[in-house]
Amino acid sequence: MDILTILKNIWYIWVNNWQMFLITGLSCTLLLSAVTVLFSSLLGSVISVMKLSKFAPLRWLATAFIEIIRGTPLLLQLYLLVFVLPQLLPGLNSLLKDQLGLSSTDRQVMWVCIAMIINSSAYVAEIIRSGIQAVDKGQTEAARSLGMSGSQTMLRIVLPQAIKNIIPALCNEFVSVIKETSLASTFFVGDLMTQYKLINGSTYLTIEPLFICGVIYFVVTFTLSKIIAVYERSLHHDD
Amino acid sequence: MTTDILISVKDLKKYFKGDKIKALDGVSVDIHKGEVIVVIGPSGGGKSTFLRSLNLLEMPTSGTITVEGTDITKKKDSSGKKLDLDLHRQKMGMVFQHFNLFPHMTVLENMTLAPTIVKKVPRAEAEAQAMELLARVGLADRAGAYPSQLSGGQKQRVAIVRALCMSPDVMLFDEPTSALDPEMVGEVLDVMKELAESGMTMVVVTHEMGFAREVGSSILFLAQGKLIEEGTPDEIFNHPQSPRLQDFLAKVL
Repeated sequence: MDILTILKNIWYIWVNNWQMFLITGLSCTLLLSAVTVLFSSLLGSVISVMKLSKFAPLRWLATAFIEIIRGTPLLLQLYLLVFVLPQLLPGLNSLLKDQLGLSSTDRQVMWVCIAMIINSSAYVAEIIRSGIQAVDKGQTEAARSLGMSGSQTMLRIVLPQAIKNIIPALCNEFVSVIKETSLASTFFVGDLMTQYKLINGSTYLTIEPLFICGVIYFVVTFTLSKIIAVYERSLHHDD
Repeated sequence: MTTDILISVKDLKKYFKGDKIKALDGVSVDIHKGEVIVVIGPSGGGKSTFLRSLNLLEMPTSGTITVEGTDITKKKDSSGKKLDLDLHRQKMGMVFQHFNLFPHMTVLENMTLAPTIVKKVPRAEAEAQAMELLARVGLADRAGAYPSQLSGGQKQRVAIVRALCMSPDVMLFDEPTSALDPEMVGEVLDVMKELAESGMTMVVVTHEMGFAREVGSSILFLAQGKLIEEGTPDEIFNHPQSPRLQDFLAKVL
């Protein structure tokens, strides 16, 4: 295979399938990532509160969750939720199918989403926890010494400062998730990598569609990273 | 002076890491109204731990701290009601070595936050009081500034008046000038001196021996977690009794 043929093929595939990549694939990837980070932010907040709790069992539970999720591969978690869970809970499966009328594809996408959310929430929980703990302890001491309660201190003093650490890290998590959604293509959810598989299946070309996907991933994540970096600098402008 | 005891500390102990490190090893002191107690001693001798124990930023291992008849180290007061620690902290202003101003708020907001949300003082009233205090320390024109725009000396003066906004009965100072550039130490000590002259009860941990000698009504010398010597500035600085204090003074004076 000479380089010229590859370039010609890339051009050919791009011209004929750019909607598949950009409109179907990329929008699915971005949507899946956005939904994941949105819900994992909520779930992650709850878990980080548990992890910072004074009540030890809650702390243990949160730690166990975070360590197990972060200590096992996302692909394995996807398999567990998409293939294993519906078999373990046949009642739930038939409920989704009969009562809610979800097709098997719908159900698969749903479980993929849930797996992504659960996975990402473990990372988000750590982002929020470390953002809160990065606020100087002196701030809490000053607030408490003025007679402010624990919750007043958290809401008025610690969280407003922690947000500055948390928001940029959450945006970076969004960038990571964009790349991780490629694993969801295992289940043909329609993301960018799914488009690669479809084109690969119909044209038997590998390098060319892969190259296109790679460029799109790179352009999106690189641009977002740069925007986040600028935003982060503006946040810390006043201190 | 025996009648007006504000805070009575009895046999205060604070151990870290089990009982390997004895930061405080049985300290007993009575703090009277209007007194300026200056705590001196070598680093690691327990000065800061002592001060931080007074408003329970550091929970003592054992001993009692009695404020207006209530032992604040217990979870319940004498009548069996749950102790409101926040209420006691309101009465004790604290000034830190590293200022600990709230960086996301202006000077004025730093000062009015606690009065408005803790004591429910109307905003206008809290702001008027804050402006008055700022004028007293010569910073009225910086009310709208953020802490990052202030010099170290200005930050510490704001921290002092922020604590004063809660109208405390006693002010605790934890090495208030140790993090300052030398030329800014004077302006902070002047504010503290003026505060002492106005009759405020103060407990000051410091390495400024000049301040201790001039402003202190009673000096505590703490070393290895023990109260080695206690007396007037004249007794401590001119007639030190213990070899440990003599040795310390020989090094710092």
